[in-house]
Amino acid sequence: MSAASSRTGRSLLLLAPLLLFLIGFFVWPLFSMMSQAVSDPAVLKLLPRSAEVLADWDRKSPPSAAMQTALMEDLKAVDDDQALGDMVRRLNSARSGFRTLMGKTTGALDDTTNPPADLVSIDKRWEKPEFWLAIADALSPYTDRNLLAAVDFGRNAAGEIEHLPPDQSVNSVILARTFWIAGLVTFFCALIGFPYAIIAASLDGWKRDLMLGAVLLPLWTSLLVRTAAWFILLQEKGLINDLLLTLGIINSPLALIFNRTGVIIAMTHVLLPFMVLPIYSVLITIPKNLMPAAASLGAPPLRAFLRVLLPLSLRGVASGGLLVFISAIGYYITPALIGGPGDQMISSIIAFYATGSANWGMAGALGMVLLVATLVLYSVYARLSSEEPGRR
Amino acid sequence: MAEFIRFDRISKFYGPLCVVENLDLSIGKGEFVSLLGPSGSGKTTLLMMLAGFEQPTSGNILLDGTAINAVPTHKRDMGVVFQNYALFPHMSVGDNIAFPLQMRGIGKAEVGERVKRALGMVQLSALVDRRPSQLSGGQQQRVALARALVFEPRVVLMDEPLGALDKNLREQMQLDIRDLHRRLGLTIVFVTHDQSEALTMSDRVAVFNKGKIEQIGTPRQVYDEPATRFVAEFIGETNLVEGVVEAVQGQEATVRLPSGAQIVSAVSGTVASGQPVFLSIRPERVDLSETRGEARNVLETEVTDSVYQGDHLRVQLQNATHPLIAKLGRRSREYPPGTKVFAAFSAGDCRVIAP
Repeated sequence: MSAASSRTGRSLLLLAPLLLFLIGFFVWPLFSMMSQAVSDPAVLKLLPRSAEVLADWDRKSPPSAAMQTALMEDLKAVDDDQALGDMVRRLNSARSGFRTLMGKTTGALDDTTNPPADLVSIDKRWEKPEFWLAIADALSPYTDRNLLAAVDFGRNAAGEIEHLPPDQSVNSVILARTFWIAGLVTFFCALIGFPYAIIAASLDGWKRDLMLGAVLLPLWTSLLVRTAAWFILLQEKGLINDLLLTLGIINSPLALIFNRTGVIIAMTHVLLPFMVLPIYSVLITIPKNLMPAAASLGAPPLRAFLRVLLPLSLRGVASGGLLVFISAIGYYITPALIGGPGDQMISSIIAFYATGSANWGMAGALGMVLLVATLVLYSVYARLSSEEPGRR
Repeated sequence: MAEFIRFDRISKFYGPLCVVENLDLSIGKGEFVSLLGPSGSGKTTLLMMLAGFEQPTSGNILLDGTAINAVPTHKRDMGVVFQNYALFPHMSVGDNIAFPLQMRGIGKAEVGERVKRALGMVQLSALVDRRPSQLSGGQQQRVALARALVFEPRVVLMDEPLGALDKNLREQMQLDIRDLHRRLGLTIVFVTHDQSEALTMSDRVAVFNKGKIEQIGTPRQVYDEPATRFVAEFIGETNLVEGVVEAVQGQEATVRLPSGAQIVSAVSGTVASGQPVFLSIRPERVDLSETRGEARNVLETEVTDSVYQGDHLRVQLQNATHPLIAKLGRRSREYPPGTKVFAAFSAGDCRVIAP
């Protein structure tokens, strides 16, 4: 028994570096991203006294004196300007007008020579329950606001979930665009990759190596380099336009960059290996004599392909398609460099929230949407790839 | 027997490598012909050319008097049984057998009827809904056979179809295929490297070596009257003894062995006196006795080893100049090593082969 347990201990020790790496660089960031999406401590941190008092409030009646005193105490105790700014931004996003109201209130509270009696005396707006409602809602340490906003939903004043107005509904447009671009890229990858894999699998020796190398070599090159290469190729005065102009096929340069065409071309090229390799790996397991057998049984080449080779290789096409699609929905660099403003995908929006506007909550929420989409697709992929060929 | 298939001066080169060389062969309707030879002898290539998977470099293949070189495989109407069955793994047994019928646009009801009949013929009716991967090797072989026969092809081609089966199953399938051939009057071209398989099943055996046919004839002919040293050695076991022709008398020749003994033997082909030749003596045609006896050919030998092999006794002998093997019936007495014996055989039981 002890020998067995020491063996288990030793194997765990061997696994430890991997486990630590996974926890440190995968599980923890993922967890913190998800907690960012739902956590909302900006208000609670600064208003602990108000939180206690507001818990007893009925959410309808005008603010009591106790509520006002607690809030004044809390605001006076704040000495961190950045935290105050975070709270004001958070409250202002829930209810516009908070920025000026808070500015005015904190200004008045700082005036120690003439301390205000209550908040209503500073600004009449403190009489309205809406502002207190906003604070009360914001006091919860968790929020579904970001998650709802990520799919263009929000809570109205009554706390019911409803569609955001069209001028704020950009995320669903971008999500739909992301899936559409990923779908197109998957389609073109299959269109090019399937025949390519069939030809590669039918060859042998150096010809097969050359074809596989041509697919693999780009895979070993940095994504940024490949995208930059397409940047050069697709330009208005780039190689492709120059060649077509010289050959007289076109009269004026084609618009190939900073639009959807360019994004599709570059992404298809970058993701092609993920289509070719799964199909190829399925094709080489198909016995070589099935097509001759079909021919000998009277099947013309096209029917033999449709009845024999296609059904047997469909598993590879499905695997490759899902791999490409999953990779494509998370693409960032290629659309950012090659695409125009109308071609930005969800990753660009996440990057904007994360680095552009420091709204980690929204970045996390959109990240979760992407994660869920990927997980759903992956479960489909796992089911498809675990099914053995020739079994029902 | 009317000529049905004809290979007319067929050659096949892969680059500089000659696989089949200027080969002529004709096969009659309803005939069972085995192409027998070691691997790389060109027999499979010839079959592949007949099926249309390969094109001859030169020469014509005629089916029923018409050249079919330019006819693609799917229009040749030949049922092929492959070495590893080549069943479609994604189709059930029934769908596999229905495949050639569907390709011919046969109606659904008739397809069902014929699939049922074909499955009954190979005794697999119960397995119609199984996948090939759920069948044993022998069952898969039967399905492949049913699939190749169900559309009543003009010729059935088999490429070492029994190679992957174990010995008992293989022997059973040999008899089954032979039986199907007789019952259905099929024309079968059968490729094998197993000489006993070829002898068991065929009407005629074509022995291949290095892209050429060394000999073609009935199983009895290729075994009893080998035309060349290769055929004598490849089919069955034989004793090959060198000698020089002393005299030729019609279908017989007298050969002097290095030991000085004279052997009278039947002749394959033509030999002239003074010519160095081989004598092929089948081990099971050799009789042993301790007295000289009356036989025409007698060699004085000494037993060096004797092995009991169940169905026969294998005795290793040593003459003054060469070893000799005798296979004796199981009723034979034992011959302990060192026994001096006379090995006797008739003129018809050995063969003079020009080298």
